[in-house]
Amino acid sequence: MNKPTDKPGFFAALEDSPSADTFLRGLWKDNPVFVQVLGMCPVLAVTNTAENALAMGLATAFVLLMSNVLVSSLRQFIPKQVRIASYILIIATFVTITDYAIQAISVELHKSLGAFISLIVVNCLILSRAEAFASKNKIGQSVLDALGMGVGFTFALLCLGVVREVLGNGSIFGLALFPDTFQEWIVMVLPAGGFFTLAIWLLLFNILKQKRATT
Amino acid sequence: MKEESLWYIFINASLINNFVLAYFLGICPFLGVSGKLETASKMGAAVTFVMLISSVCAYGINAFLIAIGAPFLQLISFIVVIASTVQLVEMFVRKMSPALFRALGIFLPLITTNCAILGLALFQTQKGYGFVESLVYALGAGAGFTLALVLIAGLRERLDFAEVPSVVKGTALTLLIAGILSLSFMGFAGLGG
Amino acid sequence: MTIAPEKKDATGNSNKMLFAMVGIGLMCALLIVLTYEGTKPIIAKNKAAALEQAIFKVLPGTATTAGYVWTGEAFAPLDDTGADGKRIYAGFSESGELTGFALPATGQGYAGDIRVLYGYDPAQEALVGFYVLESKETPGLGDKIEKDAAFLANFEALSVALNADGSALKEEVQYAKSGEKENPWEIDGITGATISSRAVTEALSASTAEWVPKIYQTKDQFQPQSQSHE
Repeated sequence: MNKPTDKPGFFAALEDSPSADTFLRGLWKDNPVFVQVLGMCPVLAVTNTAENALAMGLATAFVLLMSNVLVSSLRQFIPKQVRIASYILIIATFVTITDYAIQAISVELHKSLGAFISLIVVNCLILSRAEAFASKNKIGQSVLDALGMGVGFTFALLCLGVVREVLGNGSIFGLALFPDTFQEWIVMVLPAGGFFTLAIWLLLFNILKQKRATT
Repeated sequence: MKEESLWYIFINASLINNFVLAYFLGICPFLGVSGKLETASKMGAAVTFVMLISSVCAYGINAFLIAIGAPFLQLISFIVVIASTVQLVEMFVRKMSPALFRALGIFLPLITTNCAILGLALFQTQKGYGFVESLVYALGAGAGFTLALVLIAGLRERLDFAEVPSVVKGTALTLLIAGILSLSFMGFAGLGG
Repeated sequence: MTIAPEKKDATGNSNKMLFAMVGIGLMCALLIVLTYEGTKPIIAKNKAAALEQAIFKVLPGTATTAGYVWTGEAFAPLDDTGADGKRIYAGFSESGELTGFALPATGQGYAGDIRVLYGYDPAQEALVGFYVLESKETPGLGDKIEKDAAFLANFEALSVALNADGSALKEEVQYAKSGEKENPWEIDGITGATISSRAVTEALSASTAEWVPKIYQTKDQFQPQSQSHE
């Protein structure tokens, strides 16, 4: 059944495909940060620069992907009563692996992200995807779900990271944007700025949602 | 490294570097449970309790892991201990006060994923605190968490009576208040010398 | 008072649960150990390279470095089975001459520990370099200790001369309010970053008071050697 849509044929077909839906959900409709409001701690803490935001997003996406794959592969073997404990064990393992991997890649990056790499283990997003999706779906679908959520999460982190760095430091990914006379809004790289930036993004998101609902 | 006085550790954890407003730990329950003052204060108490126990366990585990030369198992051991502690607290609360158990609802088991508790274990290990220092640090962190939660809950309860544009209501508003609170807490810098 | 019914599992189920948990636990432990062992050499190399870069920054003219550890009575060359004492790093120029010593020091800043590396030149009896290794100070305020030109100028020749018998510093490194520095052993603070700059001062003061006399007395023992250090 073709939905009445003004998008070209390719995109219309994409919308009808369940696999594509699994992937795209995480980007917008069920965005982990803006819609589900999960995994907020790193969103506020590690977005003081765009580079940190990107690294954190990718690290979380990696753990999410590996965890979804493993949980999905083992879903027949994990008894219901110990499933949460098993998921946590699996997630903690991949977070530990990611921690060492980042240390091996760049000591500087590891210092910037600090304890928040380890804190990926308590990112409610990963546990929630394991419980709500990976434990009930095949590996292929779980991979798409993880990728979609991971990209959506990274996107949300970047939204904050870019704004905070541009306003708070006058740069983006370390490249200076403004001439020296630019007065940085230091508050943006302080914790308070994290709260404010996220609040404004959520605000915009809500306004958009309301507009969509009334049209 | 200068020796930190116990008093300084407490003030540092609760005010100067408040776990929620400065370190961004415990945001999920912070946004979720801070609607009502009573629930907020009880959640704060539960979290403080779990923090104290986790702190002691983390200290012991870390000493053990270093002794057997397996520092890489730190994260897994910490999270397992925290999950078990929360399970125990859950059973305890359910027996002692079913009403409170219902009020806290899903947020009680969610203490496991409260980054504040794991963060506490990780920070105290990183700072190399001794046993007593760790306990004081946990007490301070819990007190600070409770303080932040209670402040926000009080503010939110008041704002329920104000006319707020619908797009701002809910999480966005809480975040804005949190931002202002965070700014005000920066005034504690330098406290304790 | 209602008591929640206990969940009773049949023995078969319990075994299955145990089996699953142990199996997953073992698999996870294996993955972690593999990663740890695999990345250990790379991480050690990265840290050594980063440290060496820092040493070059605080001891101008250095081409090679050598690490030493304090055994309680003297400085011994640092090797893999190193003792737990204080570590210092000697720097040598291309021609093998001693350029000075790099020492790490830690202070309590506003937002946590500040770890610094400073360079000491016994020939000038002064600190000749300063570099912040790790700091979580507030951007725009406390992090001026890393960027403020006037503050960094303090460390081009910060006097740490020894007293007559060489047992201690003549004058300990002290803090002076911004712009009020009068003596070569004082550190000019930063307005608006008092806590951070004081923290650095205290860290340096304590460290130099303890180690400069010891290093000065034994400065002739240090020769360039080819050795690895971490």
